[in-house]
Amino acid sequence: MKMLITCTVNGETHAVLADSRDTLLELLRERIGLTGTKEGCGNGNCGTCTVLVDGAPVNACLMLALEAPGHDIQTIEGLSGGGVLHPIQQALVEHGGTQCGFCTPGIVLSAKALLDDNPNPTPQDIRHAIAGNICRCTGYDKIVEAIAAAAIQARGP
Amino acid sequence: MKDFVYECPATIEDAVAAMRAVGARALAGGTDLIPQLREGRRDADRIVDLKRIPELTAISALSEGGIVLGAAANATAVARHPVVAASYPAVAQSARLIGSLQIQNRASLGGNICNAAPSADAVPALICHQARARIAGPAGRREEALEALFRGPGKTSLAPGELLVAIVLPPVAPRTAAKYLRFTPRREMDIAVAGSSAWLRLDADGAVVEARIVLASVGPTPIRAPSAEQRLRGERPTRGLLDEAGRLAAGDAQPISDTRGSADYRRSLVAVLTARALADCCRALNVEIAAP
Repeated sequence: MKMLITCTVNGETHAVLADSRDTLLELLRERIGLTGTKEGCGNGNCGTCTVLVDGAPVNACLMLALEAPGHDIQTIEGLSGGGVLHPIQQALVEHGGTQCGFCTPGIVLSAKALLDDNPNPTPQDIRHAIAGNICRCTGYDKIVEAIAAAAIQARGP
Repeated sequence: MKDFVYECPATIEDAVAAMRAVGARALAGGTDLIPQLREGRRDADRIVDLKRIPELTAISALSEGGIVLGAAANATAVARHPVVAASYPAVAQSARLIGSLQIQNRASLGGNICNAAPSADAVPALICHQARARIAGPAGRREEALEALFRGPGKTSLAPGELLVAIVLPPVAPRTAAKYLRFTPRREMDIAVAGSSAWLRLDADGAVVEARIVLASVGPTPIRAPSAEQRLRGERPTRGLLDEAGRLAAGDAQPISDTRGSADYRRSLVAVLTARALADCCRALNVEIAAP
């Protein structure tokens, strides 16, 4: 079943013809062309496809495209305005918190949701916030350090 | 994946009507249903999305005490609700154990219940609080004890076309406390090898008036531990008593051996988890646990 839907992604309104079987991930990557959101496991275990729906991290592979209308969806493309990295992205670069990079968009969005909700997280809070994002390269320590540094920077001097 | 019709009714009556169609399936959080459809483990001709029905997503504290949790309310909304967090902390903690934060932001309480997995984390604490299930169907509305809803792995008492609308938690009585503990090899993103939820009501002298113990992952459904509950009644909590209740709960368990653990291992876990959950209840009530 095909349906014309209107959805808001990174503040822009898109009118898209979606199939009822499309996931939000397929809508973003294949119908809208935003390929920054990655597919890992496709069943909600790896967190690679994490996007923010009304500010909350969700797995885009576990949501139907037809569930998107009426919600504010943010992907990694919405974070780095004008080619300038978001402070979380910059911190990951500086702390070596990214290697192959495949999990990074999801990690960044999980971290953003954490810092929006809790500007002063403990290392334990950070580990909990990214527990649904699997990284097979870094061993997580550098990611946790980067998010902690981004939090300090966001709080200001 | 087979093609399906998607609809999102605005009222329970429309949803019940939509569920009468052949091959209709209710969609709440979708964290189980969507991968099942994609991997061909289930199919559907019609997906009825319940999240646009206000009664299904609302969480409403009742003026006379108690709270109504919409079946499609997600785990995060349940855990963060101030009344749930303050008065039913075991329910809030249980909701925070389901999958990752990403899963909790979608997965619904009703889905955790209707999937009827013996390991469902949200269920034991709800049963300890004597939750009731509000159900709507072609024959109208009905209500039953949540405990009675479970009929086996993946099986509930819901008749074809019936929908779980809400979970009703009765008011919290004074001098009561509840706790759910589970064991998983990984701290996050894992399924309980065994779980135990304890609920205690103490009298003014610190003796147990009533106890409820509900076990997860050690039977075809979430199950009570009646011999442990009975042993506790009328007694003052001591270390020895709580350990004995744990051992009795292990005897009440009906575990199987599978890839996640052997039956013997699960019984040992039940003994430890139950004693610890009971001790946590005593601590929450500021009751000292005597040594012997």
